Amino acid sequence: MKRRRSHQSSLYRKEKIYAYLFISAPVIGFLVFTFVPSLYSLYGAFTDWNGLGQMNFIGLDNFKALFKDEYFYKAMYNTIFMMIGIPIGVVLSLLLALALNRGVPGTNVFRVIYYIPVISSIAAISILWQWAYNGDYGLVNQFLGFFGIKGPNWLQNVHTVKPALIIMAVWKGLGYTMLLYLAALQSVPKTFYEAAKLDGANALQSFWYITLPMVKPVTFFIIVTSVIGGAQIFTEIDVMTPNGGPEFSSASIVWYIWQKAFGNFQLGYASAMAVILGIFIFIVTYIQFRLNERSRFDMD
Amino acid sequence: MEAVVQKNAKLNVNTVAKKNRIINLVLFFLLSVGAVFMIAPLLWMVSTSLKDKQDVFSLPPKWIPETIHFEKYIEIWEKGPLLSGMINSLIVAVTVTVVGTFTSSLAAFAFAKLRFPGRNKIFLLLLTSMMIPYPVVMIPQFIMFSSLEWTDTLLPLIVPGLFGNIMMIFFLRQYLSSIPDSIIEAAKIDGCSYFQIYYKIVLPLIRPAVAAQLILWFMGIWNDYLAPIIYLNSPEKQTLQLVIASFNANFAIQSDYPLIMAASVVALLPMIIVFVIFQKQIIESIAISGIKG
Repeated sequence: MKRRRSHQSSLYRKEKIYAYLFISAPVIGFLVFTFVPSLYSLYGAFTDWNGLGQMNFIGLDNFKALFKDEYFYKAMYNTIFMMIGIPIGVVLSLLLALALNRGVPGTNVFRVIYYIPVISSIAAISILWQWAYNGDYGLVNQFLGFFGIKGPNWLQNVHTVKPALIIMAVWKGLGYTMLLYLAALQSVPKTFYEAAKLDGANALQSFWYITLPMVKPVTFFIIVTSVIGGAQIFTEIDVMTPNGGPEFSSASIVWYIWQKAFGNFQLGYASAMAVILGIFIFIVTYIQFRLNERSRFDMD
Repeated sequence: MEAVVQKNAKLNVNTVAKKNRIINLVLFFLLSVGAVFMIAPLLWMVSTSLKDKQDVFSLPPKWIPETIHFEKYIEIWEKGPLLSGMINSLIVAVTVTVVGTFTSSLAAFAFAKLRFPGRNKIFLLLLTSMMIPYPVVMIPQFIMFSSLEWTDTLLPLIVPGLFGNIMMIFFLRQYLSSIPDSIIEAAKIDGCSYFQIYYKIVLPLIRPAVAAQLILWFMGIWNDYLAPIIYLNSPEKQTLQLVIASFNANFAIQSDYPLIMAASVVALLPMIIVFVIFQKQIIESIAISGIKG
């Protein structure tokens, strides 16, 4: 028994050592840049951390202050409000993917055109759209002017600034979700539709009973990743509405965290918000992993 | 009897085909309208960049200016640190993707093909980093880097990336698991060191997957705004996205929109070109990631 184990382990030992060597970089990176900082943030949330060396434990004071912070609630409200774009984007991109899936001429050209906003940097797109939303000379109001509508000063008006950001976000993300749906649609076996047609189903029934359930995993993936991404929007707010928008109506949670941490150096307070955000995203991701496992069914 | 049935069948096929063609035409039209909405803002950006400062404010607005002014494309290089911005972005993106791909693929090879205790547990641990968003770690990372006096340098943007990218590790491991173990075992019997196996066998095999991930990673770094804005203060140290944002902030007051738009066009162009060249790999990689979800 003992001889067999030591015979195996000399070769096995070498493989082990090399394996640990090969994975050392990402593991070290994870510990140094993710694991330890997360713990630090968690601790910092309970202190009066101010970046100048002060870091005393103050218990739940930060969270109590957050509870009364009007700006915190506004930032949370703004962030969640702007997620309305997600269902809009999902519906639009599914329709586009269905259209494209029929094999209309120019599919590749359409794919490229719809995808260019996706790969464009959010900073450049924000700059472009800030100009496009200009109240007097912007593209959007030019377009509305065609129909005789006098458009508002989108980014300075407390009622229109969020819808403006939502429209831009939908515009930018459409190509990506359309691509995902297109791939999903193409992986639905044609035999399903043929069988349905033989049973007398019309187009709407085919869509409702075959297409929609078959793309459910992708829909789920898109919604979850969009929620996680939407919870962290920052650049568009900082570029288009540099002080958080009219009456703080466009500031996102991450933007407020960034303000508090790097503008006011209230690192403890900012960490408390970051921890709340982190827990929210962790829960959403966990839900995704679990529900995805359950709804996964393999067809041969 | 058969002839009649065949004739009716043919008639049905024709009307179905015609109905299909009409639907396709309508859809083509709708898709084109949508495409116009997609591309119009970008075209308008280019159009603005070719105008004179005053032309921008003419009413009714003209899309194609009477005289096309290319001067702005020359001015942008003098009016701000656009060139240094591009170089800085390039330095960060190239360094991180080249070294990071090496570390990621090496780790993916180990996770997929080598046996060692804790293999799955460690991999799962690394995966959890995907659930921890950047805002949670950005403050402690900043404190760590400022104690090293690395603020206002490119180092905080480069160093973390050198240790690998969990997305890339995940994908490559997936890709590698479909490659039969026998190839690796054969090489082992032939006396290859593990590093040689990685370099001579694994790396060439995973090249397409690596290429796609690398391009996406490169684009992500090039387009990044949040991390650079935390660390980079001096204009000459800033990366491209920060430079064009400062163009926007500084020159909007002067209403020099052609200048701002020209800078933005120049900032967008590299990634658009990269995308158009590598679109097949990029689109395939994204489609797969969606299905595997």
